[in-house]
Order: sequence, then C-alpha cells, then structure tokens
Amino acid sequence: MKKIFVLSIILLIALALAACSGGTSDGGEGGPFRVAVVMPSPINDMAFSQSMYDALVKIQNEMGEDNFEFVYSDSMFVVDDASAAIRDYASQGYDLVIAHGSQYGASLQEIAPDFPEVSFAWGTAGDTFGLPNVFAYEAYSQEGGYVNGVIAAALSNSNILGVVGPIEVGDAKLYVDGFTAGAVATKPDIQVNVNYIGSFSDVALASEAAQTHIKAGADALTGTAQMVVGAIGVAEEAGVPWFGTQANQTSLAPDIEVASQVYDWTVALDEIINLIKSGTLGGKAYALSLENDGLLIEYNDGFDLPADVKSLAEDTIKGIEDGTITVEIAQ
Amino acid sequence: MLTQLFTASVIVGILASGIRLATPYLYAAIGETLGQRSGVLNLGVDGIMLMGAFSGFYVVLLTGNYWLGLLAAMIVGGLMGLATAFINVTLQANQGISGIGIYLFGLGMSDLLFQKLVNNVETVSGFPDIHIPFLSDIPYIGEIFFNQTIIVYGAYLMVPLAWFLLNKTTLGLKIQSVGENPAAADTLGVSVSGVRYFTVTVGGILSGVAGASLSIALLNVFQQNLTNGIGFIAVALVYFGGWRPLGVLFGSLLFSMINSLQIWVQVLGIPIPSDIAIMLPYILTILVLIASSGRFRQPAALTKPYERSG
Repeated sequence: MKKIFVLSIILLIALALAACSGGTSDGGEGGPFRVAVVMPSPINDMAFSQSMYDALVKIQNEMGEDNFEFVYSDSMFVVDDASAAIRDYASQGYDLVIAHGSQYGASLQEIAPDFPEVSFAWGTAGDTFGLPNVFAYEAYSQEGGYVNGVIAAALSNSNILGVVGPIEVGDAKLYVDGFTAGAVATKPDIQVNVNYIGSFSDVALASEAAQTHIKAGADALTGTAQMVVGAIGVAEEAGVPWFGTQANQTSLAPDIEVASQVYDWTVALDEIINLIKSGTLGGKAYALSLENDGLLIEYNDGFDLPADVKSLAEDTIKGIEDGTITVEIAQ
Repeated sequence: MLTQLFTASVIVGILASGIRLATPYLYAAIGETLGQRSGVLNLGVDGIMLMGAFSGFYVVLLTGNYWLGLLAAMIVGGLMGLATAFINVTLQANQGISGIGIYLFGLGMSDLLFQKLVNNVETVSGFPDIHIPFLSDIPYIGEIFFNQTIIVYGAYLMVPLAWFLLNKTTLGLKIQSVGENPAAADTLGVSVSGVRYFTVTVGGILSGVAGASLSIALLNVFQQNLTNGIGFIAVALVYFGGWRPLGVLFGSLLFSMINSLQIWVQVLGIPIPSDIAIMLPYILTILVLIASSGRFRQPAALTKPYERSG
C-alpha cells in the first residue's frame, strides 16, 4: 500500500516535470519582441507586481500585439521556483527576461552568464553584477514618499502619523524613510510612528498595525507592499486619510485615499528595449524618479484636498525635480 | 519611552487587539484539537482556511449577505474536512504528507478561483462590530471584551463547547478512546472510522470559519495566501495547549497578545530593532513550549491509521 503510494507520487512528479519542459520556441530575427517576466506576487496585487504588469500592458498597447509579446509567471514567492522559471524562459529564447524582485538577484547572477545571447533585467536594484547582459532598475521611491509625507504632515491635526511597513529593506525602507523626512521637513515637531510587520503578505498583522497606529493617535496613515490592503481597510473604516505607493490604490479606499506614488516602469523598459534592439544586451542601471516621470504622484479627486496643501505638494515635486529639495535619508 | 507602554490606553489596546488577533487561531486550533484527540493529525488546516476564506468572501461579494458567506465557508470547510478524513481514515495515507498535500491544494485552488472569479483586490462589508449595550460602555473592559464582531465572540464560545464535548459527553469519551487505543474502542463497538470522520469534518468546518473570520469579519478582503501560515501556527498551538481546549485558549491568547505588544513597541518608537520585535511572539512561544514539555502526553494513537487486525 505504502509503496504504491510513494511510487505513484514519483510517477506524478516525473510526468509533471516532463510536461513543463516541453518545446523550445524560435527566438528568430524579425518576429515580435518577446519578453518574459517573473514576479513575486499576483499581477493584481495593487502594488509591486501590478506596477510591472501594467507597464508591460502599456508597452504592448503602444507597440501593438504583433510587435510585442510578453508572458509572465506571478506569485513566485519561492525564490527557487522563480529561479527555475528564469532559466526556463532564458532557454526558450526570449529577447528579454525580467526578474522582478530584488530577492532574485543571486539566481540571476548565476543564470545570466549561461545565456550570453539573452538579455536580463532585474530590480529593484542598482547592480548589474558587471555582466554584459544584465540591466538593473530601481525606483527612487523616497521621492514620492517625501511628497506624501509633506501632504500628510500638512493635513495632520494630531501631529502624529502612522506608517505600516513590511520588512525593513530595499524599496520599502526607501519609501518609509522618505515619508518621514518629508513629514519632519514640513512640521519639525511631528511624530512619525513606524512599524514593520516582518512580512510582505501578512494582511491580518498589517490591519492590526493600522488599528494600533490609530489608537496611538495617528490621523494619517501610509504603508507599502501588497499586505497594506489590510491597513487600507482599517483606514477606510476609521475615516483616516491614506497615502499609497507602488500603484494607485484609490479603488480600495475611494473616500480616504489622498495621493498615490505610482511607478511607471515603461520609462526604464522603453530604453532597455531600444538598447536590446540595437544590440546592447545589458550593463546599464536605471532609476525611476519624479524628474524622469518614472514616478508620478496621482491625487484622488474624491478626496477634498485643500488648495494650499496641494500647491505645497506641487512645489515639493518641482523642488525635488530641479534639485532645490534633496531627500536626505540614512542609507 | 518604556513608561508609555504601561499607560492604561496602551494596555487596553494590547488586550483588545490580542483578543481580535486570536480569533482565527482559536477556531482552527479548537477544530484541530478534536481531530488530534481522535488520533488524526491534519496539517492541511491552512489550506482549508484559505478555501473557507475565499468561499466566504466570494459569496459575500455576490450576495452582500455575510451569514450566507459564513455558511458557504462552513460547507466548503466541511467538504475539505470530509476529503481529509477519506484520505487519512479510509485510504490510511501518511498523515504528515497528505496534510501538506491538502494545504497546497487549498493554497493553489483558492488563488486560482480568486484569479478566475474576482481577479481584483476588492473589499466587502462583512460582520460589523457589535457594541453590547451597557457592557461596551464600561471603561477599559468594554473596549476589550464587548466591542468585537460576533465571529470573535463565537471563537471564545468554542472553548467551553469543545471542553464540554470532550469531557462531559459520551461522544467525547469515544473520541478520546479512539485517539488513545482504537483497538480497544473497536472491540467495545465504537466505530473508529465513524468517530474520526466526525472529528476531522468538524475540524474542517471550524477551519473554514477560521478563514472566513479573516475574509468577512476582521479584514473584509481576500488576497492570495491570505492566512499567511496561521493554520500551521494553529497546529502548533494544539501541541502547546496539551490537547486541551483551555490550553489552546491560553496559547492563542499568549501568542496574539505578544504579537500586539510587539506592534505597540514599534509604534511607540521604543528602540528595539524591528526584526527582534517581530521574532518576540515566536521566541516566547518556543520558550513556553520547552518549559511545558512533558507535562502533557499526546494521544497515543496520534498519526497512526487504524487497521483492524486479524
């Protein structure tokens, strides 16, 4: 009995593997530009993965489906699985394989040299490993964080703001530190309470953290990564203004969303695609910023933002763009 | 800064949020306790929770009726419990391995259904908070105990119910005997399979409710892997609680209170690295587990399929 069970499992796994490894396709010249992307969370996460998916859809709409094809594997939170997918896509002759997650870096560093003809891009990161076929991209998310912080501080009556962070690394930390810097620059005596819940996906804890911030007196909240949907729900129920980042989260909280920092990866991808077409497969790093329009501040028309606060926000954006305001954060 | 932690409003906040956070753990762990007392380890709790969370969420999204959502979560949870019982009791599969299979099924299936049927992060209006008249106005106590949704109250009701079932009813004695010595129970005419089918199915229903407590009461949203491992912590809490409903209650509350404490510690800006704060509930749980190890013996027939000999 037990033996048959084990045997049938092995057989099933073998079959599944065989089914996966099917068919290498033509990566020939003249056809459409083909992109494959591996992402850690679902494409509709209203955050990190969605920002990349939306960018690819936008490029496809601009170039036409005959000239631009893309495939994706989302929800690849297991790095090992993602690494297998990256290798699979590379061997299938895609023009560009995107590893959308800083956690995929080590895998990419190992895989990219095996496929010198294929171009890879990864982020958020600024490091191409010195490899000729790797691009890197990142977002100066502290810039939009700073703008959000300025607005939040200007709106606050209690002089306490709350931030629900995921894990104290990378993009999330940049955003949170930028938010704090913007708030303090606007009101030096403001108190910005920051907590990290230790996960990108724990919606329940994010929700509890938001409740805690409100109890501690915060009257404006922000947060980053896909677990913030829990926190946004709490903010909506309590009527506390919310500031978004990575994607426009207004649909989740139409009454209390004030502004979102939105990533537009097409700014980096358009250049990467053009370089690949002209024969350069990597070696450059890109950063989205307010100045190059890779970062956009989108206001929610449903939220009644006072005109003086809005003009303060616009001045801040201009200041960051022309360099009169520098967002100083501890690295 | 540390003194801020000991103000009344912070302590009330910690207790109130601990009670709320414990809800899904309680439903899932009480259900798992019943199964384990009858000798069946179900590691698939988290997967069943996810299916319950999605079905409850989806039905509320379609109908706007959270009671129907709860019912859907119970039915789907019960069906998955039944499937678990079939695999473990009738087919006598290895309980550790099959549980992981059920977890992966629930994880993948709930996500697939979500992508196909909803395909968007959306919110629903779930169970509202109930303010119990008079009681909810009592300072401190009112906010902690009498200002939650009915789903939260239900979780705490499960504890005495499960205690009563296990210790004061014939069925409870049958469950215990099947978990301790199925052969002896069998010779006395107790249907070992029947009892195990019952406990595992009820466990599935409670896991379904545990998932729904997140998606249509506490969070009112569904996302891929919404439970984020709560079901596995629940299985650990059953061991932690020495297979007794009261012990499970203590473990769930301890874990949740420390979790809300660590959030407060960070929010108040007490200078402890966030990584250390996040580890607190887990470290303390392990310490208590070590301290209490050996005090309770696990059901003798736990994880052992029963096959009538001769």
